[in-house]
Amino acid sequence: MDLYAIFFYFFGLLTVASAFVVVFARNIVHSAFALMFTFFGVAALYVLLYADFIAVTQLLVYVGGILVLIIFGVMLTTKVFSVEVKTGTLNVLPATLFTAIIAGMLIFVFYVTDWNIIPDQEWDTTVYGIGALLVNDFILPMQVAGVLLLVAMIGAVMMAARERSKS
Amino acid sequence: MMAFCIAQIPQWLAEPGLQHFLIISAILFSLGLLAVITRRNVIMVLMGIELILNAANINFIAFTRYSTLSLEGHLIALFVIILAAAEAAIALAIVLNIYQRFSTVNVDEISTLRE
Repeated sequence: MDLYAIFFYFFGLLTVASAFVVVFARNIVHSAFALMFTFFGVAALYVLLYADFIAVTQLLVYVGGILVLIIFGVMLTTKVFSVEVKTGTLNVLPATLFTAIIAGMLIFVFYVTDWNIIPDQEWDTTVYGIGALLVNDFILPMQVAGVLLLVAMIGAVMMAARERSKS
Repeated sequence: MMAFCIAQIPQWLAEPGLQHFLIISAILFSLGLLAVITRRNVIMVLMGIELILNAANINFIAFTRYSTLSLEGHLIALFVIILAAAEAAIALAIVLNIYQRFSTVNVDEISTLRE
């Protein structure tokens, strides 16, 4: 049981437990804050997989951006100081059964498949490789992603501002 | 005593490999699916989608580490993160509009495209 395994089990348990809280918490604000721990745990798992750049991007974009957006959405659409903040559920029993079957099947398949695992190799920082690939093989997806982000930004501002100005 | 304890731990538990990461991602995926199916609040559905995307990303990065999918798995994960950011911004703008029109964000009560 070396340090790698201890870190793996700690962060894996953190991720899964906080994901459980996200799904099963009655209070949506609790869900939003538990989601932060899930994102932190996933970023730590990326670090354990030698993906340093993706881990930092995960922290910046998910914890710094998407989570703040989600909390803003919670604050703007629920009456925080009343009982309205509790959210209901639908079809809990069949849905739980369905997802439990799916989880069991996925874990079974992951367990029995004979994965073609390469032997351990030396990993240095991935930033150089990612940068080189982004301007060579992935230049078109990168440009398209830039245009998509611009369109998404303009669209979000237009949609969120339209109703306000009309009313 | 210590050596005895270490010897007791089976090898599949002591050395986390590809399958451990895949199983964590399977659990995250199932929980995200459960949130999407059962919760009534649109924002909870969005959180479930974020969980599913994170599960997919863990898979990509685990395969980059343990198989011959070179660094391209990292790039795919990067684009998934970009798309998740764009999706969250657009979806929350839509949710704000829905809340202004219907005064509710419960998906089962929003069944018409206009008032």
